[in-house]
Formats: sequence, C-alpha cells, structure tokens
Amino acid sequence: MTALAPATRPRAFGSERLLAVDPARGVLTHHRFAELPALLTPGDLVVVNDAATLPSALCLTSHDAELRLAAREPSGEFVAVALGAGTFRLPTEARGPAPSFTVGERVASGALMATITAVDRDEPRLLRVRFELDGAALWAALYAAGRAISYSYLEQVAELWDVNHRFAARPWAFETPSAALPITFEVLGGLRRRGVELGFLTHAAGISSTGAPALDRRLPFPERYEIPDETAARVAATRARGGRVVAVGTTVVRALESSALEHGTPRGGVGEARLVLGPGFRPRAVDGLLTGMHEPGTSHFALLNAFAPRPLLEAALAEAGRAGYLQHEFGDACLILPR
Amino acid sequence: MTGASRGLGAALGRALAAQGTRVVLVARGRAELEAVTTAIRTQGGEAHALVADVADKHAVHALAATASELVGPIELLVNNASELGPTPLRLLFDTDCETLERVLEVNVIGPFRLAKALGGAMALRGRGTIVNVSSDAAVEPYARWGAYAASKAALDQLGRVLAVELAEHGVRVLSVDPGEMDTAMHRAALPEADPATLLAPETVANRLVELLERGNVPSGSRVALSSWGSS
Repeated sequence: MTALAPATRPRAFGSERLLAVDPARGVLTHHRFAELPALLTPGDLVVVNDAATLPSALCLTSHDAELRLAAREPSGEFVAVALGAGTFRLPTEARGPAPSFTVGERVASGALMATITAVDRDEPRLLRVRFELDGAALWAALYAAGRAISYSYLEQVAELWDVNHRFAARPWAFETPSAALPITFEVLGGLRRRGVELGFLTHAAGISSTGAPALDRRLPFPERYEIPDETAARVAATRARGGRVVAVGTTVVRALESSALEHGTPRGGVGEARLVLGPGFRPRAVDGLLTGMHEPGTSHFALLNAFAPRPLLEAALAEAGRAGYLQHEFGDACLILPR
Repeated sequence: MTGASRGLGAALGRALAAQGTRVVLVARGRAELEAVTTAIRTQGGEAHALVADVADKHAVHALAATASELVGPIELLVNNASELGPTPLRLLFDTDCETLERVLEVNVIGPFRLAKALGGAMALRGRGTIVNVSSDAAVEPYARWGAYAASKAALDQLGRVLAVELAEHGVRVLSVDPGEMDTAMHRAALPEADPATLLAPETVANRLVELLERGNVPSGSRVALSSWGSS
C-alpha cells in the first residue's frame, strides 16, 4: 500500500476532500468536504471538541532542550516531555538527546519559569512541571513563550491560527484536534439547515509523538475532558429517536466512550479518558466518526477499527491513495458512518 | 471587554461584575487596568486583567483562550476599545494615511479578529452576544472626526452583516451608541465641552447592562443609549 502524501500547509478555503466509508454496506464514495451536511440525516447529532490548541512547545532558554506540554493534572501541574533542541524541520525522533532533569530543578523559557516536580522512573524524559505563575499571568507568559507544536513535513512553522479550528474556546488541547479544521461556517450553517443537531465537549487532546518508541507506546496519556449536561442530554435524545451520533475527531470518541464506559451512557461532567479503543471495542455512544486519513500501525487507525472492519479501512486507504488524498493535520477527511 | 481600563469600559466592567457576571477586562495599560480589577474584587466581584493591544494580531488567540480558561466559554464580547488618532482631531486631508490605518486596526480589524476568535464557540453552542461600541459619528458627518467616523461606520455594518449570518446559530450582534460621555477620550477630542452636559459613563453602563438583561432588542440593532430607557 502506498503511503498517503502529507498536507504540507494549511488548506485553501474549502479545498478538503471527504471519503465516506459506509461500514454497513461496505461502500466508499468521494465528496468535497462541503458536502458533509448532505451525507447526514435530519436528527443526527454532530459533536465537536471545542478545545483550543495552546502553544505547548516551549523552547528552553535555561537548557539546550525543548519541553512539550502533554497533559494538565488536577493539581494544576503539567505533564511534559523533554526533547533535544532543534527546529520543527527535524522530526522528533531525529532530535539529539534531551538533557537529564532532576526533581527540584528550575527551567525557564524566556520569562516563563517552572520547577521539575517529578521525573519518570522508566522514561527520564517524561516530567511533571509546576509553573511559578497562575491565573491570567500564567496564560499570558505561556502564550508569550510557547509555540504551537509544528511538524517536519510542513513548509512553514504552524501558527496558532493555523492549528485552531473555528469553534475553539478553552485552551485544553496540546496538539490540534484537527478533524474540525475543515468545518467552515458555511458547513456549520449547512448542518443546521439540514436539521442536524450540534453538540460540543472539551477534550484535552494530547501529543501525538515523543520521538521515542518506548515513550510513544505509553500514548495517549490520560486526557481530561468535560461533557456539558446539554451535550449528554442531546446524545441520549439522539439515540432515543434513532438518530446517529457523529464524533468529530477521535478525541470526541474517547470522551464520550470513556464516560459511557464509566456510567453506562455519556453523562455531563469532568472525567479523565484512559481507555484505548481498538478492534473488538464496541462503541456505546458514538455511531460514526469524522476524522483524518490514518494509516495502519497508528493508534488512530486502531481506534477507527472499532467503527469499521480492517479490510474495509485498508480498502478505503488504498482508494484514498489512488485518488491523491492527503494526510495529517491539514489533510483530507474521512467519514465512517453506517448509512 | 476591551478598552476596560477607563471610561465606559471600566464602568461597564464594574456594572456587569456587580450583578454577578465574571468579567475579563482587556486594555493596554496594566496599572490602570489592575486598579479596575482590584476595585471589582474588593466589592466581591470576579474580574481578571489581560494586558494587550487589540490591534495586535498575535495577541488575539492568547486573549480569547485565556479569557475562556479564566471564566469559561465566553457568552458576551464587548468591543469597546477605540482609537481616535492624534488630538486635536484633524481635517481628513490633514490626516496621515497611517493614522487611518491605525484607527481601522483598533476599531475594526481588532474587533473582527476577537469576534472571530470567540464567536465560533458561541455559534457552536447556539448562544452568545457580541456588542460593538459605536458612535453617532458613524452616522453624522462631523468635520475632523473622519478616521474615527469611518471606522465606526465600518464596525456598525460589519456587525449588521454578522447579525444576519449568525442568526441561525443563535448569536446576537448589537451596536450601541453610548452618546457623549464625560471620559478621557471625549476630553481629548473636545476639551472645551462642558462636563455638566455630558453623560456619566456609569449611567450609560447601567443602561447597557439593563438592555442586555432584557434581551429583547433584535440582533443587528443599533441602539442609542443616550435616549434608550428614558422614554
């Protein structure tokens, strides 16, 4: 199977394509992304992760290293992964060795200061840090010091306005929940006029790569999420009337299915997603998924496998490759939904 | 709330906080801004100070995300920050093109960027309000107010089109003309004006809070606060 080419820049308005995969009938169809509303049915519910993507890549001025924030703990401390220094053009796995850190050590990225509060026993690059500011001052310093995580296959470094989708609110995501990037206001209005309901939740999408295989195997880290009561109610009402719940992105699947696993059905409130979905997982809350193009061997592909059989997913990828679909953050889209 | 360190912005921040709204106040000057948030907290309200220039493209994501993190997804955006240009005000052909650019950046582009950064989450939720603070200079051709007047007219029309486009998402967009107030900006523009003839910013702020509470003004409206509520 030929690998899909990466999208190397943010897409021109409305240029994304959409491959619809119907696992019920085993049928693949090609569309422009703007046709999404027509692929859904009145009474369906589309759930978007409204997390804004924060500038989680911190180039340290105190050490020859980069810290990538990866999760935020209830205590307010952050989980971080240390990388060797380097620009975005160097893939994470090609970075030089990260310096070793010790508990109590102070690090700085410009005016943003933090203390290392924990170093993982098995993976010394996996850290916990406490910033020396909080509230508005912390966020101001973080946005001044940090950059959005960028990718070696991009022509230019990604800016916050490239990686944030149009509906972003609280800065909970460490990497972009990219499935919502192609959703324009034109599409949002089209969904409403089609009689499709909209729901939202906030899920702290974590980092996709640490550059070290052993550490990558521990991804995704537990991710906090918050499901508003009104979204939980809409999920229940949609399923009760025979509508379909469509998750925009794997983060929405993780949030809704984590809550369903814990409570039987998604419930309003804050939680921590720990489950890793894969073949054999039977979704209880989500009927279909709008996502990017993901190749076998990735955790995202394994998650897709909970919604469609592997041979069909492989056929979809082969068809996408033949038709020139692009992958990664600014890539084309895939709708896996039984018609 | 932008332009919140003085005048109408500060008064509106205080008035909203006094009725229990959690407010995030934005302005360029830290000392003045923090005096306002400190005063609000002393009164038992919740207020956060974010120092930024709304004309700075790089500040917008930080502003929108930080405000949302501090008080939760934003339900009301008040674009109040305004730039007059150099005072005493000049005839249009005595105005530098760069002045017009700066006035448009602060009074039109900045509010548009902030509305874009916050309005998407409002549209997804199906609720929210954007208030643009305008001026009667947007409607009346006063000599020497050209750059400011053109910017406010543009802001008004941007808001009217947005109101139409966001109607299906339940997001309201209003334009308010506060009238002539006794503020630093007014003194800079018209130093000879008799303060006794001017409205106190607190009076105007209370009217705006009442207008927002009533919630019955149609989206896309332009409301003159100097006369609103008095009839």
